Amino acid sequence: MHIDIDEIAKTFGATTALHPVSLNIPSGALVALLGPSGSGKTTLLRILGGLEFPTSGRVMFNGQDATGMTVQERRAGFVFQSYALFRHMTVFDNIAYGLRARPRGQRPPKAEITRRVTKLLDLIQLPDIAGRYPTQLSGGQRQRVALARALAIEPRMLLLDEPFGALDAKVRKELRQGLRDIHDETGLTTVFVTHDQDEAMELADLVVVMSMGRIEQIGRPQDIRSKPATEFVRDFITA
Amino acid sequence: MSDTALPRPAFRAATDEAPLLRIALIGIAVAGLAVLVFAPLAVVFAEALKQGWSASIQSLGNRDARSAIQLTLLITAIAVPANAAFGIASAWFITKFDFRGKAFLITLIDLPFSVSPVVAGLCIVLLFGANSAIGGWLVANGWPIVFAIPGIVLATIFVTFPFVARELIPVMIEQGRAEEEAAVTLGASGWRTFRTVTLPNIRWALLYGTLLCTARAMGEFGAVAVVSGKIRGQTATMPITIEMLYNEYLSVAAFSMAALLTALALVTLLLKTILELRHADQLAATRRH
Repeated sequence: MHIDIDEIAKTFGATTALHPVSLNIPSGALVALLGPSGSGKTTLLRILGGLEFPTSGRVMFNGQDATGMTVQERRAGFVFQSYALFRHMTVFDNIAYGLRARPRGQRPPKAEITRRVTKLLDLIQLPDIAGRYPTQLSGGQRQRVALARALAIEPRMLLLDEPFGALDAKVRKELRQGLRDIHDETGLTTVFVTHDQDEAMELADLVVVMSMGRIEQIGRPQDIRSKPATEFVRDFITA
Repeated sequence: MSDTALPRPAFRAATDEAPLLRIALIGIAVAGLAVLVFAPLAVVFAEALKQGWSASIQSLGNRDARSAIQLTLLITAIAVPANAAFGIASAWFITKFDFRGKAFLITLIDLPFSVSPVVAGLCIVLLFGANSAIGGWLVANGWPIVFAIPGIVLATIFVTFPFVARELIPVMIEQGRAEEEAAVTLGASGWRTFRTVTLPNIRWALLYGTLLCTARAMGEFGAVAVVSGKIRGQTATMPITIEMLYNEYLSVAAFSMAALLTALALVTLLLKTILELRHADQLAATRRH
């Protein structure tokens, strides 16, 4: 699914989180929203997912206006910064949550839910943890469970908020490849937020550099490296 | 290390107190508990059983006593679920949304703690008494509030209002909104999110608040004394009956009723302890990662 962001702006009371920004995300792309904290990248991601609504502007999914679509209707697989796993549920129940939440007519039968959860656990290479609680998992395992939970709803796009933020350096590198593999396997349009330029450059097809609620530059990693569009971009990617 | 052979000086963990201080602190705590909690409890039961079990049980068996017990249980059965619902609703509203006047609303929830129950009772009389516009209309239509059960229910709800909300607000603030947001992105409706994510996460705080609320609702005296009119066999709750019996020098009857009220409160605490023991593993799992 391709996503068009058309002059989206967002203010919270007196503060402006996003000045009107526009961005076209081609279908199947892996896009990084890169910027320091307060640059508006998370706000933009949350607007895509339907967790915030823009003050003005439009969001289009596959050319159709999705600005007023509810979060449930959007079917965006969202991975939260601290993963937000349901702490009172096992890993199995966490991953099955979205399938069980479907309206009765569309809800898969029990056996089918089990089959799909098992398949997702294989996909994230953690086949044996179905019965554990989130507190019993390592940071990297939690991140992968959150990813599996988001994928279980057969999302139309994958949105990740600082997916590697809470992990140590070694696990971070491993999981970067993990995300790339899952993206390539599913072909989902994927947008992730990061403040780490290495991460953005290494992982993404398209990097969107943001600062103070504005988009500074949109480009392939190599283009941003070789031809930074503004002083800010030059500073930020060499920092 | 090379110095392991040396005799070890008596190291103390940084947060440990000196033995003397420790003993003193424990002593103060135990003495306080003994004087303020255990002694009164013991006296209540001793006085109730002064003339033996049969006299005590007999005093609880007469019509007025039975009516008081039933009334108190009825009031509690209405007030506690009502306050659990109000408490969840207000805690949800306060913690999951940002709006102007939030701090003011939190203060307002605490109001019943700071206002004297007698004043609260008087307000209900002024608002709903036969001399007020609303009260007059209600009485004319056969729905008296004051000196009747609805008034006692209102007074009890007012006084015990903060218990559930107060327990829930800090827990819900600490847990944040991320899990609810995750649930809605996975397609869950608002109600489903509440039922499957919010409620399980707050259930222990809810249980604790509800039990405190129950104990307090059964024991409420001041506000109920003003609105009930203290009609024996009709609007006299257990605490009111205890006072009336005591004023009539019927000390065995008064203390028997008091002992029963105390026992009911102890049962709620016992329930809480049993539930905590039985679900210790879940309790640990639902704590923060």
